Formats: sequence, structure tokens, C-alpha cells
Amino acid sequence: MSEKGLLTGSFFMQGDIACAEGAIVAGCRFFAGYPITPATEIAQRMAERMPQVGGTYIQMEDELASMNAVLGASWAGVKAMTATSGPGFSLMMENLGLGIMTETPCVLVNVQRGGPSTGLPTLVAQGDMMQARWGSHGSYEIIALSPSSPQELFDLTIRAFNLSERFRTPVLVMTDAEVGHMTEKVVIPPAEEIEIVPRRKPRVPPGDGYQPYLPDEDLVPPMAVAGEGYRIHITGLTHDERGYPSTSDDSAQWPLIQRLVNKIRLYRDEIIQVEELNLDDAEVVVVSYGIAARAAMWPIELARREGIRVGMLRLITVWPFAEEKIRDLAPRVRAFVVPEINWGQMALEVERCAAGRAPVYLVPHPGGDIHKPERVLAAIRRAVA
Amino acid sequence: MSEPIRYMEVNSRGVTEVTQERHPMNALLREERLPHIWCSGCGIGTALTCFISALLKSGLDLDKVVVVSGIGCTGRVAGYVQLDSFHTTHGRAIPFATGLKLANPELKVVVFSGDGDLVTIGGNHFIHAARRNIDMTVICVNNFNYGMTGGQHGATTPVGSITTTTPYGNYEHPFNLPYLAAASGAVYVARWTVLHVRRLEKALGEALAKRGFSFVEVISPCPTNFGRWHKQRTGLDTLKYYHEKGVIRHGADPKNVDIELGGEIVEGKFLDIEKPTFLDSCAGIVRKAIES
Ligand SMILES: Cc1ncc(C[n+]2csc(CCOP(=O)(O)OP(=O)(O)O)c2C)c(N)n1
Ligand code: SF4
Ligand SMILES: [Mg+2]
Repeated sequence: MSEKGLLTGSFFMQGDIACAEGAIVAGCRFFAGYPITPATEIAQRMAERMPQVGGTYIQMEDELASMNAVLGASWAGVKAMTATSGPGFSLMMENLGLGIMTETPCVLVNVQRGGPSTGLPTLVAQGDMMQARWGSHGSYEIIALSPSSPQELFDLTIRAFNLSERFRTPVLVMTDAEVGHMTEKVVIPPAEEIEIVPRRKPRVPPGDGYQPYLPDEDLVPPMAVAGEGYRIHITGLTHDERGYPSTSDDSAQWPLIQRLVNKIRLYRDEIIQVEELNLDDAEVVVVSYGIAARAAMWPIELARREGIRVGMLRLITVWPFAEEKIRDLAPRVRAFVVPEINWGQMALEVERCAAGRAPVYLVPHPGGDIHKPERVLAAIRRAVA
Repeated sequence: MSEPIRYMEVNSRGVTEVTQERHPMNALLREERLPHIWCSGCGIGTALTCFISALLKSGLDLDKVVVVSGIGCTGRVAGYVQLDSFHTTHGRAIPFATGLKLANPELKVVVFSGDGDLVTIGGNHFIHAARRNIDMTVICVNNFNYGMTGGQHGATTPVGSITTTTPYGNYEHPFNLPYLAAASGAVYVARWTVLHVRRLEKALGEALAKRGFSFVEVISPCPTNFGRWHKQRTGLDTLKYYHEKGVIRHGADPKNVDIELGGEIVEGKFLDIEKPTFLDSCAGIVRKAIES
């Protein structure tokens, strides 16, 4: 461990722990959470680590409180995170919306488990993907990342912090019980080799006409925080560039919602990351993410041995969705196969973008386990039959 | 006081020039946001005035004072103060404020919100912040109902009160807020009606100066939605009622300060004790553990 309390080197590390360490490397110095399997280890690690790096850990009374404490901490100028699973994720939705509306950088990790309701507390699922996209009320864009390994959970937690600062918005890390509880090799590079995006600060001193929601050219406004003398007013109501409520007609709603959507949508190329495997000659493309993508590797290999030209598009960024990729592939492939540990969520997006030009075969799973290889293989075979 | 503000108002009668005297509190109000949304006779403005006077006398660095509100008529306070201010979600001002305070202990954090917001939907956060003794001042404007949404009953509505959701009279037992705060762990607890502006201002000053979870309940008229059902059609009627029913009893056991419909309203400072704050305890215990 370095003098500053940062880890560097090669470790045999659980996914949840890697997530916590990634956050620390990214500069997270505030964690508020509420215990829930399979995300608890993140909170436990943060309880131990935050004091060591000069940060604050607090176990709140529930997830509503956790999400709000994280927003408050971010407005005090500190990078902040919370971590939860399905039931807590549901409780966070209203205040995720507050974070989006007030453009508050922060990171929310969902270690997904089987649902609905209390569901399967210790077992894997990917059932919250659409909730991640649409779970809070109103119109907005969201950024969500999905790791397939502890190493990637480490890397993507850092990236989540960076994207949240770059775009001034909450970013979701949509992992799952399998990746969160898996222990694997995790390499943590020296801190100076890791890119960290700092907060975009006002370029005028207090009293010089700073407006909290006057955006830069890229639609992201610089952010003054509490205690700096800017005397900002921040509200979840529809507001103008001064941050003042403007709710008697739709005159502020139009530019605000368009900007909140476009600051992400127009820059999606910068955000979207995918992994492409054998797409050049593919007649069938498996589209998947997180642990489901990893579980699909073996059936893909088996299918290729049978002579079926299968490729894989792994979504690392799940939201915004890699629309262009699917649109490009659709006319030149025979089918898409989408294994996911839910009853069809991202498959709907694939279908929407394929727009009838290629059939989409969902390989559903209700949660509780990863797909058996034969089920994915059967879907691939059917796709070329 | 500075120059009056002049502006043109356009309405159905045409264009008129309006001269508006500057508000005496203008140093701490966002004048460009006035007039405020509150009804005439509402007590929230008085509570805010007392708060601003207390703040101006407090000697606090105003650049470090943050006001956090939830949602409701009282929740709009955050939008009128010329301070760093946050208008959050319904019931969640306290956890938001907790994040602010713990992430930057230099801030003086004030939560200013309504009874429904703070102790009905937000009751869980209220008791836990008090239990942890988070260093913040919580000002609760209690008008015994949900003013903003049209006068429904909540966790402070006295038994027997008529509201839009208790058309036959309220049959739920209300919280006694000073008792709730004290039992949960607050270090300063006071209650005043908006009739007693000097005392209210003094209490707010003491609460601001206190380290730890300080709580001031401000009993306040809502003629529009609560008074109208209780023979108090105007704010003045309610102030007269406070004059008649209010009794000052400093040091009263918070257990005994329930408010009943038509009953006395006990006012005063009920609690003022010392206790390590969340951050004090955290620093002490964690430092010891890490060093050993
Ligand atoms: C989650 C949620 N539920 C309901 C509402 C609607 N709502 C807005 S203000 C309010 C009650 C406010 O009452 P109180 O805190 O007593 O404030 P007052 O208006 O009386 O000052 C309610 C229920 C909301 N904004 N959010
Ligand atoms: S409804 Fe009641 S609380 Fe709200 S502004 Fe009017 S008088 Fe005040
Ligand atoms: Mg009220």
C-alpha cells in the first residue's frame, strides 16, 4: 500500500472489493450505503478503507438516505458512491432522478440479484437493466456500464467516476452477484498511470455572474459547490440557467430536458465501449454483457467448432445502447442471439435497432444461475437452421 | 437600506411601472425571486425572517452556511435565501444535508422544511440524524398539515382536526415533535409560535450556535388549508389563537408538550445539552483504532 493508502500491484481479489478499490483510486472519498447481499462487501470494504484514505463512510438508515447523502457529498465537492442490489436500487430511483436533474456527479453500483422483490438474495440476475434506463420518472439519458470480471469491475468503477465528472451526471455500474462475488486476479496499476477526470469548476470568481446551469459548448455546465462563495441555488424543479425554478409553463423544460438528453446522446461515441469478437465473418452475432457474455464464450466456441460462424458483441457500456453497432450489423448477419439473465430486456433494444432486418433470438434466464452452455448453443443452432 | 426596485409589470390592464421597496432582509434574500409563493397570512415568511435575523447576528461565515429544504410550501425557503441552498426531494433534506456536512465539516448546515416533509415522509431520517447527533440545525415549520398539496393530514395533525383527508375529523395520534427529537438524541430542542418573533429568533440563534443536532419547531399558521377548517380564516386569527393558547414553559419535559386541538401550546427551550457529534466520535474512535 502506498503512503496515500492506495493499493498497487497484482491481487487475488473479489469483485466487490475490486469495485471499492477502483472507487478509491478514482478519488472517491465518501461512501454512504445500506447493507444488502450481494453488495455488502463493497460497504464493508469502504468502512475499513475510507478512514485510511481520509474519506468518510456512513451506513445510512436506508437506500433513500444513502442516495441522498451521496448527492449531498458531491455538492460538498467530494467524489461519492453508493452500492446496492435490486431492493435498494428500487428505493434509490427517485433520488437518482434528483441527481440527474441537478447534474450531480456520483456513482451508483448495483450488484444485481434475482428479483422481483426480495427474490434470490445471494444469486445472480441481470433483471434491472431496463430499470437502470427508465427507473426514475421523467425523460432523461443515463450512463451505465457492465463488467464481466473483477478486473473489469475495478476498471469500470474508475471509468464510472470519470464519466460522471465529465458529463456531470450519476453513472451506474450494473454488475451482478456472480462478478461481485467472484475472486480473480486483479491488477491495480500505479496511481500515476490511471487517468482521473477532475471536476469542471467555474472559470469566474464568486460574484462575477456565474450561473450554475449555463453550459459550456459541450452542454455540460461547470460546477460550483457549497461553501465556495458562489451562493448557488440547486433544485429538482425544472429550472433556468440561474438554477431558479421555472414551472409556470414549458419554457424552461424544453431547453433543460433537451440539454440533459443531448449532453449524453450527442457524445455517445465517447461513452460507448464494446468488445467485438469475430464480427467480420459472423453470420450469427451473440449480443450480451456482464456475466452472461462471459458464460456465452464457451457455447460460441462450440458453435464455431461445428462450423457456424458466430461472433460476439459484448456491451461494456450498456446505456447509452450501442445502436449504431446493431444497425450496421443487422443487414449483414443472419440473426442475433441475446443471452441475458432476465426475461428479455436488452434484447428489446437489439430488436429495435435490428428493425426487422435480422431476427433476434432471446435466451432468457429468470435468475439464480448463469445460462447452461447448451441453451445458448441451441439458440445459435436455431438461428442458422 | 438601498434603492427601491423599479420594474414594469405587464398584465391584463396594460403596462404599469411598479416600485417595490427593498426588502430589509435583502442581503440574504434572492430579491430577483420575489414575490414569494406564500399565501397572505402564512407563517413561513415570519419563520424565515427570524431565521435570517438570527443568522445575521450569528457571526457565522455566510459563505459556509448551507440551507437544505425538502418539498412543500416551507421547502421553498431554500429558493429564497441568498446562500448556498438545495431544494431536494420530499422527505430527504436531512440525508442530503448529512452528506454535505460529513463531506465538508466546515459547512454550517441548516435544514429548513415542513412538518410533513421532515417527520412524516422523512421521519426515519429525522430520528436517525438526531440519534447520530449529526451537526446540523433542523427548523421545522409545523402548520399541522400538508399545505402545498391542499391541506391533507399528516403525522403532526391533532386528533379531531378537519383536513381534506380527514373530513370527519382526524383519528390518528400525532407526533409530539420536541419529544420525538429529544428521545432520538437531539442536543437542543425548542418550540415557538411565529407570534413570538423575538424568542423564536433567539432560539434559532442558539440552535445555530449549537454543536450537534439542534431542533426548533416553529408553530405556524396555514390559513389557506388548515385555519379555514378551524375558525381561523386569516393568519391573524391564528396569531390570536396562539396568543390565547400559548404558554411559555422553559425546561418543560418534552414528554408533556403534546399539542391538542383547542389545548394549550407549550413553548420554550426544552433541552440544551452537550454530547459528542457524529464527527467527533468518528474521529476519536477511528483514530484510536488506526493508530493502535
Ligand atoms: C415522493 C413525493 N410524494 C408526494 C409529494 C407531494 N407533496 C409535495 S409537498 C407535500 C407535503 C408537504 O407538507 P409539509 O412538509 O408539511 O409542507 P408545507 O407545505 O405544509 O409547508 C407533498 C405530499 C412529493 N412531492 N413527493
Ligand atoms: S398553503 Fe398554507 S403553508 Fe402553504 S403558503 Fe399557503 S398558508 Fe402557507
Ligand atoms: Mg406542513
